[in-house]
Formats: sequence, structure tokens, C-alpha cells
Amino acid sequence: MSLDSKIPEGPLAEKWTKHKFNLKLVNPSNKRKYDIIVVGTGLAGGAAAASFGELGYNVKAFCYQDSPRRAHSIAAQGGINAAKNYQNDGDSVFRLFYDTIKGGDYRSREANVYRLAEVSNNIIDQCVAQGVPFAREYGGLLDNRSFGGAQVSRTFYARGQTGQQLLLGAYSALSRQIAAGKVTMFTRNEMLDVVIIDGKARGIITRNLVTGKIESHSAHAVVLATGGYGNVFFLSTNAMGCNGSAVWRAYKKGAFFGNPCFTQIHPTCIPVHGDQQSKLTLMSESLRNDGRVWVPKEVTVAEKLRKRQIKPSDISEEERDYYLERIYPSFGNLVPRDVASRNAKNVCDEGKGVGETGLAVYLDFRDAIKRDGIEVIKAKYGNLFQMYEKITAENPYETPMMIYPAVHYTMGGLWVDYNLQTTIPGLFAAGECNFSDHGANRLGASALMQGLADGYFVIPYTIGNYLAGIPNARVSTDHPAFAEAEKEIKDRINTLLNIKGTKTVDHFHKELGKIMWEKCGMSRDEKRLKEAKVEIKKLRDEYWKDVKVLGVNEELNMTLEKALRVADFMELGELMVEDALDRKESCGGHFREESQTEEGEAKRDDVNFTYVSAWEFKGDDKPAALHKEELVFENVKLTQRSYK
Amino acid sequence: MEKERNYTLKIWRQPNAQSKGAFKTYEVKNISTGSSFLEMLDILNEEISEKGEDPVHFDHDCREGICGMCSLFINGRPHGPEEEITVCQLHMRTFANGTTITIEPWRAKAFPVIKDLIVDRTAFDRIIQAGGFVSINTGGVPDANAIPIAKHDAELAMDAAACIGCGACVAACKNASAMLFVSAKVSQLALLPQGQAERKKRALAMVEQMDEEGFGACTNTGACSAECPKGIDLSNIARMNRDYFTAAIS
Repeated sequence: MSLDSKIPEGPLAEKWTKHKFNLKLVNPSNKRKYDIIVVGTGLAGGAAAASFGELGYNVKAFCYQDSPRRAHSIAAQGGINAAKNYQNDGDSVFRLFYDTIKGGDYRSREANVYRLAEVSNNIIDQCVAQGVPFAREYGGLLDNRSFGGAQVSRTFYARGQTGQQLLLGAYSALSRQIAAGKVTMFTRNEMLDVVIIDGKARGIITRNLVTGKIESHSAHAVVLATGGYGNVFFLSTNAMGCNGSAVWRAYKKGAFFGNPCFTQIHPTCIPVHGDQQSKLTLMSESLRNDGRVWVPKEVTVAEKLRKRQIKPSDISEEERDYYLERIYPSFGNLVPRDVASRNAKNVCDEGKGVGETGLAVYLDFRDAIKRDGIEVIKAKYGNLFQMYEKITAENPYETPMMIYPAVHYTMGGLWVDYNLQTTIPGLFAAGECNFSDHGANRLGASALMQGLADGYFVIPYTIGNYLAGIPNARVSTDHPAFAEAEKEIKDRINTLLNIKGTKTVDHFHKELGKIMWEKCGMSRDEKRLKEAKVEIKKLRDEYWKDVKVLGVNEELNMTLEKALRVADFMELGELMVEDALDRKESCGGHFREESQTEEGEAKRDDVNFTYVSAWEFKGDDKPAALHKEELVFENVKLTQRSYK
Repeated sequence: MEKERNYTLKIWRQPNAQSKGAFKTYEVKNISTGSSFLEMLDILNEEISEKGEDPVHFDHDCREGICGMCSLFINGRPHGPEEEITVCQLHMRTFANGTTITIEPWRAKAFPVIKDLIVDRTAFDRIIQAGGFVSINTGGVPDANAIPIAKHDAELAMDAAACIGCGACVAACKNASAMLFVSAKVSQLALLPQGQAERKKRALAMVEQMDEEGFGACTNTGACSAECPKGIDLSNIARMNRDYFTAAIS
């Protein structure tokens, strides 16, 4: 099968407009004859489900949480980008497009990214009309701030809770459609498989998480908006329930997986405190505007700090290494996320890390407080400082914060064409769960933008084109394909419950996380990736022999839920390693030690790797097949990123 | 300060909505003071799972204090003893070594127990569905800067919009009233120009749905606001009452 990205012809700025005109339409009175399933109700899924309902389609929406208002989009702090140019500082659709392509290290599609920038302005209008209380100036107009990777102020925000407010906006629109009877909402339900009939996605199988009932749902099209798979690493900033099962099941049914190895490791998270940790907390990237990152120059000094024999304030200026300022004099502490993360790892690997575990660096506000006064710093970062103090019991006004990188976002996901359709006709993917817009590295404040762009302004158009081309006859869930898929799931559940092994699901998840973090994390090389491949395979075999899953299916059983997710994470982890092995260049968040400049910086290889990896499932225990979508750049010139 | 502590936990166990629940006592040992409350429960669950006992079920997800999923009643207070945080932000250094900690689900008629510490809060969703939105479709809306909004009003709206829908207000109230939750949404939209067209209708519909769900009446004790992890102010209830009565007589 060959990959067709379906990028429209014509000049970049006209592609989307032309494409919208060329898309087939479903006439208003026919829309009620079509059913759409939406899995996941975060920004992308919630926005899509609400918009489909408004258009007149019949929608069934599913989420594993107790309410669509709780999807993990809610945790995004900083803001949402848009090319409004309200600040008159030279922003434009083209500039937002350019920054996003460059920030992604030239591994995303020009046409998709341009469309994202183009619809960004509509998103802000839409959210304001919904009653989202964005920050405002005294004159009553919207306020903006700036974010990493951009030289203009284009980020709209609602305090440090932008994701929450945007999600509640989408949730309110969705609630309105639920009340109108156009959307039927299934909460505490998890999708366990997608059903393909005559080569098209025609439904899903779900498990009711309260009763354990396995159910079939049919539709004319299925939209996955199930978020990222960062929890492969066990510890991440994702919510505890975030998982990769929906996309993994789609992959195993024939949807190609794009760039699985592209993961974003965020530099400013609160360090791990010990073995008892289950979750990591992100501190906003904005802190790097005023905080200075440092470690002691000498390993012996770092050792004393770790043993609490001395305090950071005992260390003189000459004994400190402000390594980001030293290595990158022009960008200093504001280098992009991938660069900041990798350098923190390097200094800790050299034995200069601080904190009890030695896996932390300082983010010090001493000089900023001296320069601007404590009140100015408090006004800017008060809530973040307070959150830090609650978690660590240390006062960042008096002693430097400690930070360390953590898994945060996955740029990879299901491969989709320009219409956000996967390689399975009728199966679409929106938001973080597709691979489409961020290339090898995502810029801050762009995840919210992409989720809402896909949900409000892209998929409502493109799905109509698909539906207009298929007959409106409904498929009954009595079709044998549903029974077959249900049986497969029930067998998988029974197998897990009957292993009755000796080790808990979390034990395996932690082991998987360790392998992935150490061998397929911030820095990768062929030798360790090959080891990881063997180790994951071994762990997976052991899992199916020795995992202990208590209880029965017919109840609320969180161990079973997790057991199903971890089984999929292991297979997904293997594919991530496979993809990281194939991509011998360094780009964005993917750093291959074999591919670096003399100064130790990431070295892209545009001659051999300007492509999207799209992996095809070939069967259990058979190697996945790699398809390459060559990326064509007609509007930007590829340059090596430099932040020195 | 000792770095690791031991606790006795009295936890509400209830297999499902139909069966009767009871407290069960557990001991946990060597809990790091840096652990969060929910990490402490994760450790307990690992231990009891290894022994073959069904783990304690509790709702949780983001573990950053924003999704509103976690909902434990600890030592008689929703989200435990600290001010303005959720359970997932509560850390074990708050609890002295050797103490007994009592953990219960939210208790309210409108929030029936599903299992152990998990309750059904879909009543909140139905209240929002009754009118907690602005009736506009995707697309065709004016430019975001077309209507200026005074900074002061935007800030007040944001204060109300910060509600995470966790239900601590209901759990804290002796009448299990949902007035703080409902008034937060009513206020957010009443404070913004976008919410004016449906302002009266919204207040009436949401209050009516709230009553239908079986939440109790408000007697202005203020326990809801005092225990709210996001510090939602009691004045929102006054604002909703005014809108409700204005709508009811007009």
C-alpha cells in the first residue's frame, strides 16, 4: 500500500480554502442519517463531538473518566498560540507557520502546519464567544504573552489554567449537544477495539468500566481523539489514566503509526523524590525567563549537597556552572525544550546533579529577586512558587528550585492524511493522538491550538467529504465482525485474569518505564536501543506468564483496566524503539548519539531522513513494515538549528 | 524530622452500590514524607494486591490538582486538612508519624457510591447540560476583540470559572447542597457579555436541575467555600440567587 497524504495542489496559502471548496458535502437533512463515534473528549474530541452534533450528525462520544470535563487537556498551563497580531509586533499566519515548522525541526508537513496557523485565529474567536475568560488588558482587549521558540507575543492565556478553560469551553458546547439529544455521552467507558467491515471502520468495542460489560457500537465513521502515549515511560506528566490502547488497537487493525519515537521531554519538572513516586509534575516553561540554571562545577561539591552537608547558598559564584549560559551564550536559559533537557541529563550523568537522588539541577531566582524585587517575581510566578512549595516543602524565594526533565508529550501518533484520516477509510485521528503537526518537537502553547483546530475547524469539514462518499445504510452490531471482535477482547481479558502470576501490573509497568527512559529516552544510541528491544520482548513474555490481575471482569476493576493498557504499552514501546533505531539522525526531541556535531549538538540528516516513518502492523511477533512519506519543503529553507 | 513514617488507615470499603459498606483498618509502613497522599494509597494497593486482596478503589487522574477527579474525605474534611488543595496535592509530611487517618467517600444522596471511595458525580454534568453554556455553534462568531470586557469583570469571571467540579462543596455541606458549584458556572457567564442573552433562563434551568438531582438546600454556612480547593467565593451564591429571583418574578 502506498501512502497518499492528499495534500491539495496550489500555493500554500490557498490550499485549505480550495480544498474546503472541493470537499463533498452532506446536505443538511441527510446529516441525521449518519452516525459518528468519537473516542476521547479532550480538546480535540470534545470540540469535534460538539461540532458534529451542531451540524446535525448523530454522535456517540466515549471517555474513560467520570465526566468529559476531566480529560488531560485540562492540565495545560501556559496558553494557546494564534496569529492574531493584536500586539502589532509583526506576527502573521506565515510567521506562526514558519516558527512551528522550524520548531519541529523540519519533520512535519508544510500544508498541515500552514492550515493550523490559518485556523488559529478562529479558535480564539470561538472560545471568547463561548465565555472563556481569557486574560485582558485594562482597555478590555485580550492580553498576550510570549513563549519559547517565538519572537512575537502571540500566546493567549487564562492565568495558569488555559487548558482548563478551553476544555470547559468545549465541554459546555458538548453539554449543549448532549441536552439537545444529538450527542450520546458514554462516560467510564474505554474503547478496546475498532471494528473494520469491508475495509472501512464501522464501529468500536468498549468496556463499561463500572459493570465490565463488553459492548458493540456501530457508526459510519470513527474519530479517535485519545491523546498521547507518554505513559509508556511509567513516570510522565500525563494523567494516570492516559494510555495508548485506542491508537494501538487501530494500528493492529491496519492504521499506520507515524513517527512513534518522537517524544517530548520537558525540562522543567519537579524531580523524582524516590521509588514511591507514581506521577511527575510540570512547572511552566515560563520560569526560565527569570530563573538561572546551574550545578556545582565540582563533583565533590555536588556530593556534599546531595548529603545535605552544605546548602546551595554556601556555594560561591566561582564554584557554580551556569551551563546553559556558558554553552549557549545567545539563548542562555531560554534554549528550546529538547536542548535544555539534554544538557540537564549530561551534567547529572557527569555526577554534578543535586538533590538526594543526584537527578536534579538548580533553577535559581536569587539574581532575579535581587534585580527586580521579590514583589515583581511574586506577581509573575507566585502560583508556581506556591505549587512548588506544596510539593517539595522548600521555599523557592529562599533556596533555588530543583528541576529535572520528564516525559511530557508525544509528537508521534497515528499517521493521517491532510483530511486527518488514517490509512483505514472511515477512521480519523485528531489532536495529540495523530502525528501530524509538530514534527520532531512541539513548541509551547501549540498543543491546545492543534487540538482545537482539528476538532472545531478541520475534521467537521473533512469527515463530511468521507460520509458523502459512502451509502448511509447503517451496519447492525449483529454483524459477525462485532461478535468476532468482542470474543477476541473477552479472550484477552480472561487470559489476563487467569494468569494468576506473582507480580503486579505496576511492577511490569515500572520495569518497562525504566527500559524506555534509560534506552529510548533523552539520548539514544544503537547499542542501547538494541538492548531495549531484547529486554522489552523478554518483559512482555514474562508479563503474559507471571502477571497478577485480581478480581473479575464483571465489576469496577482498576487492576484489569491497567493490565490491558500495560499490555499495549509494551508492544508500543517496542515499536518506538524500532523507529528510534531506524532514524539514525538526530532531530528535535530525538537525539541519536551517533549523529552529533563536534560541539555535541544534534545533527540532522536531511539527505537521508526527510521523511515521516509510517509503520504497518504485519502480525504478532513479525517485524513491522516501514513506509516512508517523503517531506517536501517548497516554502521554507531547511537550516540547522543553532542556539549558540 | 524522620524521613519515613508509619500510619494506621481506616478506609471505607464497599464492593458496589448495592452492598453495605464498612471501615477496614490497614497499616502502612516506611512512607516517605515526600510522597503524596495518593502515592501512599498506591503503595498500600501494591501491598494488598500482592497478598491477593482487592485494591482500594479511588478516583484520580491528573494528580496536579486540576482535573477534579480525586475526591476523598480525610479525617472529616474533603481533600484533607490543608487549605485550597486537592487530595492529589496533599503530602504525607502533613500527617504526624504513627497517627490514624480516616478515609471516606463523598457522602451525599446525589453522589451515590459506585465502589469503595468512588462516587457517581454525573449529577453535575446534568446540571451543566441544563444551561451551563452559551448557545452558539462552531464558526460564524465575531472577532475575539469585538466586545471589550473590563479587566475587573474578566478576572471575577475567571475566579468563578476556576471551579474544577470535584464536589468538595457538596461533601462539606451539612445539607449536601450544590449551590457553590452551580453558582460558579452561573456567575462566570453572568459576568461576561457573552452570557447575557440566556442569563435568566440559565439560572432558572440550572437551579431546577440541581433540585431535581436531590441536592439539599443552602443555609449560608459557608462550609463549601471554606473547603473548596479552588477558593470559589460565597458571593457567587448571592449573585446566582439574585439572578434566580429576578428571573422567577419576571
